[in-house]
Amino acid sequence: MRLRSLLARLRNSFRRPRDHRDVSAELASHLQLHIDDYLARGLTPSEARRQALLQLGGVEQTKLLVHDQEMLPVAESLLQDLRFGVRILWRNPGFTFAAIIVLALGIGANTALFSIVDAVLLRPLPYPHAEELVTLRESKPNFATGSVSYPNFLDWRKDNHTFASMAALRGGRSVVLTGLGDAEQLNAVLLTAGFFEQLGVRPVLGRTFTLDEERVGAAPVVLLSAGLWKRKFAASPDVVGKSLTLDGKAFTVIGVIPASFDLLGNFRGVDIYQPIGQWDNTALLMRTAGLGISGIGRLKPGVTLEQARADMQRVSANLSAAYPDADKNVSAALIPFRRWNLGSVQTFLFVLFGAVAFVLLIACVNVANLLLARSTFRAREFALRSALGAGRSRILRQMLVESVLIASIGGLAGLLLASFSTRVLLSFLPAALPRAAEIGIDARVFLFALGLSLLAGVAFGVAPALKALRQDPQETLREGGRTGSASRHHLQSVLVAAEICLAMVLLIGAGLMIRTLAALHHVDPGFDSSKVLTFGLSLPPSAKNPSPDSVRATLRDVQKKFESVPGVQSMAYTWGALPLGFDDEWLFWIDGHPKPASKTEMNWTLDYVVGPDYLATMGIPLEEGRFFSAADKEHAPQVAVIDQVFAKKFFPNVDPIGQRLHLNDDDQTTEIIGVVRHINQWGLDSDTNQSLRAQLYVPFMQLDDDNMARAGAGLGVVVRSDRPAQVFDSIRHANSEISSQQLVYGAQTMDELIAQSLANRRFSMILLALFAGLALVLSCIGIYGVVSYLVSQRTREIGIRAALGAQRADVIRMVLWQGAKMTAIGVAAGLLVSLLLTRLLASLLFGVSATDPFTLLGVAVLLAGISLFAAYIPARRASHLDPIIALRYE
Amino acid sequence: MSPKKDVQQGTLALMILKTLESLGPLHGYGIARRIEQTSGDLLSVNYGTLYPALLKLEQEGFIASEWGTSDNNRKARYYKLTRAGRKQLQREASQWAETTAILARFLNEQPS
Repeated sequence: MRLRSLLARLRNSFRRPRDHRDVSAELASHLQLHIDDYLARGLTPSEARRQALLQLGGVEQTKLLVHDQEMLPVAESLLQDLRFGVRILWRNPGFTFAAIIVLALGIGANTALFSIVDAVLLRPLPYPHAEELVTLRESKPNFATGSVSYPNFLDWRKDNHTFASMAALRGGRSVVLTGLGDAEQLNAVLLTAGFFEQLGVRPVLGRTFTLDEERVGAAPVVLLSAGLWKRKFAASPDVVGKSLTLDGKAFTVIGVIPASFDLLGNFRGVDIYQPIGQWDNTALLMRTAGLGISGIGRLKPGVTLEQARADMQRVSANLSAAYPDADKNVSAALIPFRRWNLGSVQTFLFVLFGAVAFVLLIACVNVANLLLARSTFRAREFALRSALGAGRSRILRQMLVESVLIASIGGLAGLLLASFSTRVLLSFLPAALPRAAEIGIDARVFLFALGLSLLAGVAFGVAPALKALRQDPQETLREGGRTGSASRHHLQSVLVAAEICLAMVLLIGAGLMIRTLAALHHVDPGFDSSKVLTFGLSLPPSAKNPSPDSVRATLRDVQKKFESVPGVQSMAYTWGALPLGFDDEWLFWIDGHPKPASKTEMNWTLDYVVGPDYLATMGIPLEEGRFFSAADKEHAPQVAVIDQVFAKKFFPNVDPIGQRLHLNDDDQTTEIIGVVRHINQWGLDSDTNQSLRAQLYVPFMQLDDDNMARAGAGLGVVVRSDRPAQVFDSIRHANSEISSQQLVYGAQTMDELIAQSLANRRFSMILLALFAGLALVLSCIGIYGVVSYLVSQRTREIGIRAALGAQRADVIRMVLWQGAKMTAIGVAAGLLVSLLLTRLLASLLFGVSATDPFTLLGVAVLLAGISLFAAYIPARRASHLDPIIALRYE
Repeated sequence: MSPKKDVQQGTLALMILKTLESLGPLHGYGIARRIEQTSGDLLSVNYGTLYPALLKLEQEGFIASEWGTSDNNRKARYYKLTRAGRKQLQREASQWAETTAILARFLNEQPS
């Protein structure tokens, strides 16, 4: 059929009847013309009319044939079914409303989660040929995927044969902008040349860095983010060539990066991009330094990851040979860019997606059960229709049309629900989800919801429809649709058991996550996180090339000022590692042991360069010896404090107090004066799995001169206060009184840091609990509905039993037994399925096994109890039936 | 009345188009009469197929119709060929000629 006529017929099918073609008039005119002809030939009027009518044949048949040609018969009868369906649903508002709500919840939850999964995992990365992108890290002792040193990166970029391009980045840097309104802290990213080109990002204005501008010592240039450009320069196009004072140094603006670029969320909130050579960190050119630098490379077309790995292995081996002191046992680690960035969220998103699919299944089963129960009442209607000549397919279609109609309305409501709830769901996830900015309801999500609705409609509609077909119309008409056959009850019971099984799996998943979070909350991080605030401080950049002593003097003044702020109980500067925040490592060897031949053979420790009140501020218990005092300052004898793990690992048989260490390849020694409790640097859950756990504290004022000179540009502060979240405002006020050029920024309580480290798990737990709760409610409705229905079917029987002397308890027991059977089968099946499925959760669990018997049994008992209660309500009602009324029933 | 053959499926459309080409705008009855006459009264047009066929051709855009008045002052729906219909007629006619030619060659083949 040609498209044109198909459209014409489809259009006609939806027209009102009076707009249809006037076939009758045309046939009448035809007849008249025919009669005229016969009259002209000399026939009598009555004979002419008779002959013409004979010739014309069945007028009504012709009309029907024209009608069929005019419209699409399929579409037309579908329309009839639809109208009928709407009428039926309209007449049963209770049923319709219940079914739509149940489906809206199921489809809405699925759509919301799909919009997240789609944006984060399914859609291609927003970079050309993203499959060629590889994240480059350094594999070295203690770190399988540690940060890359800049000298190694330069050699990788120069010596490889398999990469079309390679770039490096270091984010999370903070610089101070002055000379443009109030001094302001900016988030900066350090980059190598070619970074943007590699990702196919073009500046909206100007150009990007050249290789020459990347080098250490090159003239300072900077790229702006579109956000900063709008905020500070009103998006003026002549910003290129202007000068920007960052940390007291003039940078020339060479371009603007589009707002849409955020490196999958990694660069969210970034204000400026600087060439990596502009980093005033003396360690930048050290081959052993771990400074948080990552590499991203683009494979040459056709090169496989394995080939690139082999190539980089060769490059790494050459470097190990050339620089054994730094690069022995160090090699390049290649991870697909996609997996590096999305791998961690993939598991929990897919687990949640699976869970939400279960919810929809339960919703469908529920609606199917409602339809089944109703189909008994409609059995007469269907019998009558089929007795009047309706084909089986027509009846089947009628039922499917109704269920798809319900599903479509439910799906539409679900889509609305999803568009509201997605943002709410995401708010449980503070900034931890990559690509969160791309999440939204779009055509793909809409199609998903639509497809899901149709699928659901067919899924829950088909069982009752087949059921209705299998009935013998004669039987049904004779019985008046009164009695249901036993097999129908059977099907409904199976559906309820399936519901309970699905709910069971979800409840166990949620239970395991709740136990995991509870276990994590009971993990002692080693410090008291509840009253601690951390923030960054940067001194005014006005004094160029500050001497280390002037930095120390200024910091002492600032400390006095901050300590006098009401609400501040104690404070300490920190440099180096911060628990759950960021890590920093030092090399050392123990005095008296032979000096290792190379740096890679030295020992590693986490380093905390902190003020004397650090222990009190963080609430870390001192185990032995003493902590620092104000007297442990510059020029005083160098001292250090270690944690229990350090003590146990390196001084298993001797008292560590009084032992001496060579830190960072220093010929001078540092004396250990105390031992403190170990703190969980790496997070509440994973600390014990890390190989690098030894912790070393040194006094902040004894920081070496090079680093002290740099420290003024940005160091950490920890403050103890009863109101850690509120005290920052007072501190900021006190800070502004010192100098408008001096900044405090990035305030976070330790509790927030801990919460962030658990964000993904908490998100999973909340959603799983939500879905499990939904599943529980739905399956309770299911069991209640089915048992009530069974009771109504057996009213007569119950009445007879009661009349013959059955006690109330007997009736309750009898009805309850029906519910108990379904529950028992459902719970048993649920346990089995859970044992198979919960292992998918394993990577999210902590402190509880995937087959934790306590959770399994607890949930089984809970679910069985609630299900039986749902069955008890109709059972009790049945037991109160008056036998007289029951016998008269129907 | 001598037994007449019903018009074969598929050929009716071609006959309608050809009739409208030869005679210009015409009503359904006229089309039927013309086809019967042209066939030397060997064919009988089944009205149950004529009107659906007309409607189909109109839906496909090959003919157009409007109400008009006949010679003897009767109201009737008149059909006329459209530009697309003219092309379709040429296409169909040449295809038909080809088919009959091929068939003729088959039927005339001498047993060897």
